[in-house]
Amino acid sequence: MNNTAIAPTPAEGWRWKQPSVIPGFGIAFGYTIVYLSLVVLLPLGALVLRASEVGLSGLVAVAFEPRVFAALRVSFGVSAVAAVVASIFGLLVAWVLTRYDFPGRKFVDAMVDLPFALPTAVAGIALAALYAPNGWVGAPLAALGIKVAYTPLGIFVALVFIGLPFTVRTVQPLIADLDRELEEAAATLGASRAQALRQVLLPPLAPAVLTGLALAFARAVGEYGSVIFIAGNLPFVSEIAPLLIVIKLSEFDYTGATVIATIMLALAFVMLFAINLLQAWSRRRFGHG
Amino acid sequence: MVDAAFERRSGSAAGVADATTERRTTRVAATLVAVAFLAFFLLLPLAVVFVEAFRKGVDVYLAAFGEPDAQAAIRLTLLVAAIAVPLNLVFGVAASWAIAKFEFAGKSFLITLIDLPFSVSPVVSGLVYVLLFGAQGLLGPWLLEHDIRIVFAVPGIVLATVFVTFPFVARELIPLMQEQGNSDEEAAMTLGAGGLRAFLTVTLPNVRWALLYGVLLCNARAMGEFGAVSVVSGHIRGLTNTMPLHVEILYNEYNFVAAFAVASLLALLALLTLVGKSILEWRFGDAISGRTAH
Repeated sequence: MNNTAIAPTPAEGWRWKQPSVIPGFGIAFGYTIVYLSLVVLLPLGALVLRASEVGLSGLVAVAFEPRVFAALRVSFGVSAVAAVVASIFGLLVAWVLTRYDFPGRKFVDAMVDLPFALPTAVAGIALAALYAPNGWVGAPLAALGIKVAYTPLGIFVALVFIGLPFTVRTVQPLIADLDRELEEAAATLGASRAQALRQVLLPPLAPAVLTGLALAFARAVGEYGSVIFIAGNLPFVSEIAPLLIVIKLSEFDYTGATVIATIMLALAFVMLFAINLLQAWSRRRFGHG
Repeated sequence: MVDAAFERRSGSAAGVADATTERRTTRVAATLVAVAFLAFFLLLPLAVVFVEAFRKGVDVYLAAFGEPDAQAAIRLTLLVAAIAVPLNLVFGVAASWAIAKFEFAGKSFLITLIDLPFSVSPVVSGLVYVLLFGAQGLLGPWLLEHDIRIVFAVPGIVLATVFVTFPFVARELIPLMQEQGNSDEEAAMTLGAGGLRAFLTVTLPNVRWALLYGVLLCNARAMGEFGAVSVVSGHIRGLTNTMPLHVEILYNEYNFVAAFAVASLLALLALLTLVGKSILEWRFGDAISGRTAH
């Protein structure tokens, strides 16, 4: 073995960076790393450090405090249901927007991004006003005996709102890419349209639908602004985990806040990992993702 | 000709063209359900903002903006966006230059790290700065000694906003610049341009619409961020309240008209962002690489 650290020739040896005639790598890469470290990695490191002081046993102890456990259960439970509902309607909306033409289609398509663009606090007070017992939607529902605002159902409504663009936008490009010849072949071979949809068209969309679901779920679990106004924030009933972090912070219980944040962060990483696996699987299985 | 004859012979609605779409009734029903769902879940909340804001007339609506606290909130929101957006713009350009124009190990890991703030709850994004700079935080005692205030002051709000809007510009530019490759810049340099000149006259014009697109989204989020900012702000009226925080305070004081009036400004910003975004997508779809998922 010769010493490759000094001058590896292009043909042999491992290089961290490929040579290039384009200048500016050092300054661009250096700035990226420094800025990333200062803004993102250092603060997240502070959280990890604080959590490591608590230790695993402390983490588990706080997680199973009744109020914390209830908040985590509400957050994860309602987020899961909302993500599933958002995915089902997201698939329908994506299909209609991509496959059908109707007056105002471009307008409707642009509207899908509204939850991305609308500040969450604005969405929060709007939904609360809408679903309050005297609101446009809340009043008729109250007459039927259904209470939405200030219950977990209110959290569900807000999380569907927040999750919808993720589910639509993840599936939409794949529907546009579907190979028409497959449908024609299915029809030629005698499949009914329902069979073609179920057996030929929907299976390749499944990874994208699941990815959208995971994205919507991950966003919903961490969501704060659009939920707290409509939720009523009753401990053990409609109190979400992010709100409990804020409450713990206002009580100067930094440890409690850190533990809940760490649990949520850990889940965010698991979701990110799951999404990456899904997309890798989708690329292998269907050649896109 | 043959095709047409075949279609006619094979029977009315079952022609080849119809085999790749649903029955008309199914199409109409699906479209109606989808549009009704979107109108109910998206348009109705938007409409209610403006209706509630004007519930007591234009005068009361306008009076909400005459208040010094509201004006201070608007000024602070503009200030925070004016700092956070350029910072992340410069970062986005630097990161995409390093990532798209060069090959190096660990690139996809770096991209994952850049995307990280998107998967962190806004509340956690604020919390990390409290843990770092707060009175009981890592650097708290040192900051106290030197009389520097970060948390519960404007710098903390700026930092939290920079954190949540961190990936916006970078993630628009990276895929586009990767797709465009290096040949344009290499050609410019062969013709004698320096690195900086190649960047300014070749790269920047190539990515200008994607850059604008990223800035638009980054700005909307910077002005509208609530959770992260709420944790680090301390809610001092007239000093550390941004517009979304001011909306919350007014709403919790049952001052609904004023709350929805300030909210209507933010809703207007969201609508303008959507219009700008749609125009960019329709006119320059290829130039921003047509990606729409976030």
